[in-house]
Order: sequence, then structure tokens, then C-alpha cells
Amino acid sequence: MRRKKQRTGADAVRKDAWKGRDVISILDFSRSELESLFALADTFVAGPAARRDLSQKIVATAFFEPSTRTRLSFTTAALRLGAKVIDLSPDVSSMLKGESLHDTTMMLDGYADLIVLRHPSEGAALLASEITSLPVINGGDGSQHHPTQAMLDLFTVRKIKGRVDGLTYAVMGDIRYGRSATSFLYGLTRYRPKKVHVISPESLRPRGEVVKALKGLGLKFDQHSDIQEVMADSDVIYLTRIQKERFPDPNDYEKVKGSYKLTREMATKAKPGSIIMHPLPRMTELPYQVDSLKAAAYMRQAHWGVPLRMAILSKVMGGGHAG
Amino acid sequence: MLASNEATKMLVTKISDGTVIDHVSAGKALSVLRLLGDPETKGATIALVMNVRSSKMGRKDILKVEGIELSTEQIQRLALIAPRASVNIVRSYKVAAKRSAVPPRTLRGVLSCTATTCVSVREKDSAPSIFFLSGRAPLRYRCKYCGRELDEKDISAQLA
Repeated sequence: MRRKKQRTGADAVRKDAWKGRDVISILDFSRSELESLFALADTFVAGPAARRDLSQKIVATAFFEPSTRTRLSFTTAALRLGAKVIDLSPDVSSMLKGESLHDTTMMLDGYADLIVLRHPSEGAALLASEITSLPVINGGDGSQHHPTQAMLDLFTVRKIKGRVDGLTYAVMGDIRYGRSATSFLYGLTRYRPKKVHVISPESLRPRGEVVKALKGLGLKFDQHSDIQEVMADSDVIYLTRIQKERFPDPNDYEKVKGSYKLTREMATKAKPGSIIMHPLPRMTELPYQVDSLKAAAYMRQAHWGVPLRMAILSKVMGGGHAG
Repeated sequence: MLASNEATKMLVTKISDGTVIDHVSAGKALSVLRLLGDPETKGATIALVMNVRSSKMGRKDILKVEGIELSTEQIQRLALIAPRASVNIVRSYKVAAKRSAVPPRTLRGVLSCTATTCVSVREKDSAPSIFFLSGRAPLRYRCKYCGRELDEKDISAQLA
């Protein structure tokens, strides 16, 4: 395995060091590092085509699971910064012949300057980061982490509400298999939310190791089965779909399919000034009738994926803006 | 009627040189024996006493290994299935050293993750199995890659 200098823990916190770093979990980043990322993302929101600092760089996207927003926003971000993008498609690559993640990563190591990896196995991005000397950005690993989505979600809250601290959050959906919701909860541990409600059917509640990690990080949350119990005091309502593809037994999915929904009628009773977020794609849990409400923030959330990921690529690959 | 300690002493004679492993959970002696490995214990005289009364544990197992002093690594592995075990190194019929079974902080290639979607399972030919100690009593290990924890039951099942 090739070695690279990895900056983690207190050393990384002191230096606010992004350059050359892997992005595996949002828990690897301090609040000040996130804030410096958001400040840079703000400049890209203001003028997304203004910089072409990465014109000598090549970004490899390797998505072993379907993706729309993460893949395209990383590609768009790289192109806007002047970088080239090479794309590994598992359906037309040697993955079909049974090539391992190890060998695939080693190949990309020689072709690109950074790898964005999405994979159905938990720990895939961490393993890849140990194999390659290149920075690896985790675009989602199984049901575990989706750090750049969590960064985008925190950025969205900060952009619309002006702050992340002091707000009450309602996180509703499939927390058991959903990496976006789990990573968002991990991200909140870097801030001081007023309250956190987790709403899900009993079988889709957070996994034991996630509950243990959140408690260890000092995030207090209560669990509910009905969103209407917490609508009135929530500033941010964060929905996720049921992760059908991650259920080991399809019968278990059938039992919870369509078991929760935020209707327009329910949404109109939300706290004034509250926002509704969703990492998308949505299924039946978020009907289209909600879209026209002022609270609906999920399309802005998706669009800001480009400037936020421009900031990540700039920070990690340098170009004069690395923190 | 003999006290339980005396009854136990009568079952197995003292060893002159070697290792006595005490306070092994009842029924785990055979697993401990397997865990200690064949090469090291081959040719050694080994006595197992199982299901002995114990004031501390209710019931326990004891192993006596004649002529072999367990290495630190063997004692660490012992801790995985007998975390409350005590190890006495015997020389010339006297206890020369007492050691506790201390579980290793990191285990490489010893345990397998129970999460079928973990990369260490799906890519096991190229991915190492690495676990970090996450709890001593009860014993727990956390997978480096997916964060899932193995408890004492999982660990014993894999090592038995």
C-alpha cells in the first residue's frame, strides 16, 4: 500500500489543513475547517465561473452506485474550476470482469490527481484512501458516510437561516440505512443545536454504533414515530427516503414502504420561518405539492452542491484557496 | 465433604514448570486450548478441569499446560474468549509470575466483520480485517471500516 501524509485530529484542527487531505467522514473535520469551507463556497455562489485555478488537474469520478447530484455536481464543480474529469463506469469497466476495488484504485492512482468514490460497501473510501497516495473524497459508502452531502446540508442551513447553532432540527426518515441523514447528524455534533428530534419507523431507527457515536460526541436527541409531534418547534425539517436498495430482506422493505410522509397540509402547520430539506432523490415521503411552499429548500440545497463541491476541490487540490 | 478448592486440587496434580490459566468462563476451556494454537502446545502435557465451582464466577474452567510458558501474544489472544482469565507462570512448583489476560487494542486478521456489506468482507482478498478495542467489560471490538461492533458472543463464536 502506498503511504501519504494524513492530517487528522488535533494537528489538523490547529492548521485548518485541507490540502491533500482525504474526505472520508465529516467527523474528520473541525468546526473551523467547515466554516472556512463554507466561506469559500460563499464566494463561488457569488461568482461560480470566476475561477479556473485547477486547469492542470484531473479529477477521477468512480461511482459504483447510481448517482445524479453527487456525481454531476462534482463533475460540474471540477469543470467550472478548469479541471478535467475522467469517469470510471463500472458497467463498462473491468469491474464487470471482477476487478477488485484495490486494483481499480491503484489504476486511478496513476491517472488522476483526486478520486471521488461512491461504493456500496461501508469503508470502501477509507480502504481506497489507504491504497492510493491521491486524496480520496467519499461520495457515499454503503449506509455509513456521505460527508460532502452533510457539508452541503450544513451550508444550506447556514445560508438560509444564517446559523447552524441554536436551531431545532427534525430529521425524519430511514436513519438505519440512510447515510445522508446519519452524516447530517454527525455534522450537527460540530455545532450547538438547540434540540434534535429523530423521527422514523421503529425498524428504521439509527443503528447501535451510530447512537453510541452520537452520544459519545455529546449530541442529545429524542426519537419519535410521528413528525407531527415535533413540527411546531422545528426550525429545520430534514427528510430522507427509505433506502430500498439497502434492505437485506425485501419483505422488510414492504413492511415500511410508504410509512411516513410530509404532506402539504402538514408542512403548512410548521413553525413560521422553518425550512424543509431533502438530500434527494425523493419518493412518496415528500409530495410535489410541497414544492411551492416558501419553506421548501431542497432544490436550492441541490443547486448549492456545485459551489460547495467547488470549494472542497479547491481546498483539497490547492490553487490558491486552500485553507 | 471436601471444599471445592481442595476437590479441584485433587483432580489435577501440581505442575513443576509451565502455565496455569484460571478463571476461564465455564465451558470455554476447549476454545482456549484451540486459541493457544497447536505448534506452541504440541507435545506439552495439558490438563483441563471444567465446570469447577468458583466463588467469583459460579462455575469456571482451569487449564494447566506443563512445560510451556505462554507468550504475551498468546495471553492477549486468550483475553478474547476468556477476558477474566488469570495466568500464572509456574517454575519449580512455585508461581513465578502472575499475568492478566489483557485484550489487544488492535486486532489484524483475527476476527471477521459480521456486516455483510462491510468492505473488509466484500473485498476480503485485498482488504485487511482490522478491529479496535471499544470495550473491556463486556469485551467489544469495533470494525475499522464500517464501525460495527462485535460483542463477546460474536467473538467467541468466531474463535471457538
